[in-house]
Amino acid sequence: MKEKHTIILTVMNRVGILARISGLLAQRGFNIESVIGALTEDPDVYKITLVLYESERAIEQVTKQLNKLIDTIKVIDISHKNNYIIREYIIIKVKVNQNTRSDVIELIDVFKAKPLDISQTHIITELSGNVRKVDRFIDLMKPYGVSNYVRSGEFAMTEFNNENK
Amino acid sequence: MKGSKILLESLLKENVDTIFGYPGGSVIPIFDEFYNTNKIKFLLTRHEQGAAHAADGYARVTQKVGVCIVTSGPGATNTITGIANAKLDSIPIVVISGQVPSGNLGTDAFQETDMVGLTRSISKHNYLIKEVENIPKIIKEAFYIAKNGRPGPVTVDIPVDLMMQEVKNVKYPTKVELPGFKPNIKGNPKQVDKLVNAISEAKKPLLYIGGGVIISKAEKELVELIKKTNIPTVSTMMGLGSLPYDSENYLGMPGMHGVVSANYAIAECDLLIAVGVRFDDRITGPRDTFAKNSVVAHIDIDPAEIGKNIFADIPIVGDAKSVLKELNEKVKNRKKDDWNKKTEKWKNENPLKYDQKNSKKILPQFVINKVNEFVTDDTIIATDVGQHQMWSAQFYHHQKPNRYLTSGGLGTMGYGLPAAMGASFGFPKKQVILFSGDGSIQMNIQELATLALNNINVKIIILNNSFLGMVRQWQDLFWNKNYSATCLRRNSECKAQCKGPENDDDCPNLYIPDFVKVAEANGVKGLRTDKVEEVEKILKEGLEYDGPVLMEFLVEKEENVYPMVPAGKMNNQILLGD
Ligand SMILES: Cc1ncc(C[n+]2csc(CCOP(=O)(O)OP(=O)(O)O)c2C)c(N)n1
Repeated sequence: MKEKHTIILTVMNRVGILARISGLLAQRGFNIESVIGALTEDPDVYKITLVLYESERAIEQVTKQLNKLIDTIKVIDISHKNNYIIREYIIIKVKVNQNTRSDVIELIDVFKAKPLDISQTHIITELSGNVRKVDRFIDLMKPYGVSNYVRSGEFAMTEFNNENK
Repeated sequence: MKGSKILLESLLKENVDTIFGYPGGSVIPIFDEFYNTNKIKFLLTRHEQGAAHAADGYARVTQKVGVCIVTSGPGATNTITGIANAKLDSIPIVVISGQVPSGNLGTDAFQETDMVGLTRSISKHNYLIKEVENIPKIIKEAFYIAKNGRPGPVTVDIPVDLMMQEVKNVKYPTKVELPGFKPNIKGNPKQVDKLVNAISEAKKPLLYIGGGVIISKAEKELVELIKKTNIPTVSTMMGLGSLPYDSENYLGMPGMHGVVSANYAIAECDLLIAVGVRFDDRITGPRDTFAKNSVVAHIDIDPAEIGKNIFADIPIVGDAKSVLKELNEKVKNRKKDDWNKKTEKWKNENPLKYDQKNSKKILPQFVINKVNEFVTDDTIIATDVGQHQMWSAQFYHHQKPNRYLTSGGLGTMGYGLPAAMGASFGFPKKQVILFSGDGSIQMNIQELATLALNNINVKIIILNNSFLGMVRQWQDLFWNKNYSATCLRRNSECKAQCKGPENDDDCPNLYIPDFVKVAEANGVKGLRTDKVEEVEKILKEGLEYDGPVLMEFLVEKEENVYPMVPAGKMNNQILLGD
C-alpha cells in the first residue's frame, strides 16, 4: 500500500548531491511529492526533507540506497515518529471583489496568515503551519478563486529531548 | 608544482604502478608527465573500453585498484560499459578522464560530455575536480572509496587547464574524512549468536556463497566453517574458486545454468546461510518461490543488499571474513547426516555431462574439460559472455579465488580479451587463458595488436559455433527455432527465414572472419581445428607456446547449455537436455 513518507536527509554540502538523490529516485520510478533543502548551522552540511508516496517496502529499500550515497550522513523516515515538528510554508494569491474581500480577510485573520499585497482584484497572503492547516486554508480559499500558490514542501525538526537530532 | 605532476604524485602515493589508457587532447599534459617517469607501467590499449576492462581484470587478480586514464568526450563515453561492468561485479577501479577547460564547462565545447552526469548511476562515486589544490584529496578519496566497504568503480573528471596550473605548497592528506562513508566490518555479535543457534537447530542447512567471500579474502574461514559443520555448500559464479571445485560438501553453482544438486538443495533447505551474495535473479528465479522452506541468514557488507531481493530473517551487516571468523569461534561441530547424504546423492546422480563419443564434431564442453589437463591451480581464466561462459563455469576445475574473471552482473560481451590482458599485464608470469565465442571476441578484438606488441601472454580459445549461441539457445527452446539475428554467418544469399544449418543443405555457411588470419595479421600466433582428435594437440601446441596465441575450435553449432532453469521458472523445474 502506498502512503506518505517524510524523509529527512542529512548530507554533505557537495556539488551534485541533489542530482544524486533525485537520480536514485528516478531510476526506481518514484515521484517526488515535495523536496526542500538548505544549508544548516554547519556550512558543510545540508539538510533535505523529501516527501514520497510509496509502499513501506519501497521506502525501506530507497532509504538504504540513499544511505549508501557516499555524501549521505544520515537518513530518517519520520513518518511513524511523532517527536518531530513539521511545517510547511505557502504563498497564495486569491481573487476578491467588493463582496468577498472582508470574508477572505477574516479567514486570513483566523488562520494567523499574513497579507502581503492587496489589490482591487486579488489578495496575496503567506501562511506557515502544519500540512493539515495549509491544506485546509487552500480548501477554504478555493470558493473565492485561487489564482495560484507556491508551497515550500514539508520541512521538519526534532523536538527537545530527542537524541535523534 | 604543476597540476599534472600533482596528479602523478597523488597516484604514486596510492601505490599505483600500472595504468591502462588512451590519450587525447584533454589528457596530453598527464601523458606528458608519464613520459618522464619510470615508476608507472603504462599500457596503451586500442580502445577505451579495453582500457576500462583491462583495469577491471587487473584489479580482480592483483586485488589492487585498477586505474585507467582516458580523454574527454568519446574517450570518456567509451569507458561507460567498463564502469557499469565493474559496478555490478563490485570491482575497485578508478577511471580518470580529461575534461574540457573549466571555462568551457557547460558550453557543448569540442569533446565535452557530462561525465559526472553520465556515470552517476553506474559508479560507486564520482568527482569533477574544480580546483587544482583538491587533486591530492580527491585522488585519495577516490581510491579509498573504490576499495573499502563494497568495492566499486570511482570516476574522476579533470578539466585540462587544471593540469597546467601551478601550485606552491602542495599538501597530500594522510587520511580521508568522509563522515557519510563508514562501512561496518564486524557483524553484530547478537545476530551472529542467532545464526549459531539457527545452525544447531537446522535439519537442512545450506551455505550459499558468492563474490563477497573472494573480495574479503575469507576463503580460509569458509573452509574452516565447512570443515567444522559439514554444511553442504553452493557457490554463485562470482564465488567460483573460493572453494576448490572438488571440496568435500561442495555441490557447485546453482541458478539458471547451475547443477541440479545445488538447485534442489536451495529448494529443500531449511536454513540458507548467504555469504557475500546478492540473490541475483539468475539464481533465484521468481523470488516468491526461492528457498520457500527456509530461514534465510544474509551476511553482507552492504546493508542495501540485505532484504533487497529476498527477506532476511537473520541479517548480518559486516565483512564476510570477520563474520565467518566469529561464527567459527562460536559454532558447534556438526556431523554429516541424512541431509548431507541426500545432497551427495543428488550430486552423484546428476553429474554435468556431454557426449563427445557420439559426436563427430567437437563439443565445446570437451575442449574446456581438456584444458583442465594443461593448467595449474594458479592459472587465470577469463571468459566472455554466452554459452562458453556457462560451460567454463561448469566444466573448468576452479581451484583458487581471484582466478576466474567473468562478467557476472552486467554480462558484457567483449569483456574477456581486455580483462585477460589486464590480468596478464599485472601478473606476466602466470598462465592466462581466455574462453570466448565467435560473437564476443569480435567486440574487443582490436586488443590482439596490444597483446602482440607488448608480448602479453594470453592464450585465447575461441569456441566457434557460428552463432550468438546463448541467444540462439533461447530461440531453440522457447521461440520455435526462429533463428532471427543470431547467425553470425548470415549473408545476402540466405533465405529470409532460417531454422538453422542442420535443416538446410543450401546453407552458404560462409566462414567469415578467418580468425586465424586475423590473429596472424595482428602478430598473434593462430591455430585452428575442427577435428576431435586434434583438440589435444592444438591445446598443447598453443598453451605451451611462448607468447600470445589464438586457438580456434570449430565446434558443434547447435549444442545447448544444460541444466537450464528457464527464465521465470522455479529452481527445481530444470531442463536437462537429452
Ligand atoms: C554487449 C552485449 N550485447 C549483447 C548481449 C546479449 N548476448 C548474451 S549472450 C550472446 C551471444 C554470445 O555469443 P558468443 O560470444 O558467440 O558466445 P556463445 O554463446 O556462442 O558461446 C548475446 C548476443 C550481451 N550479453 N552483451
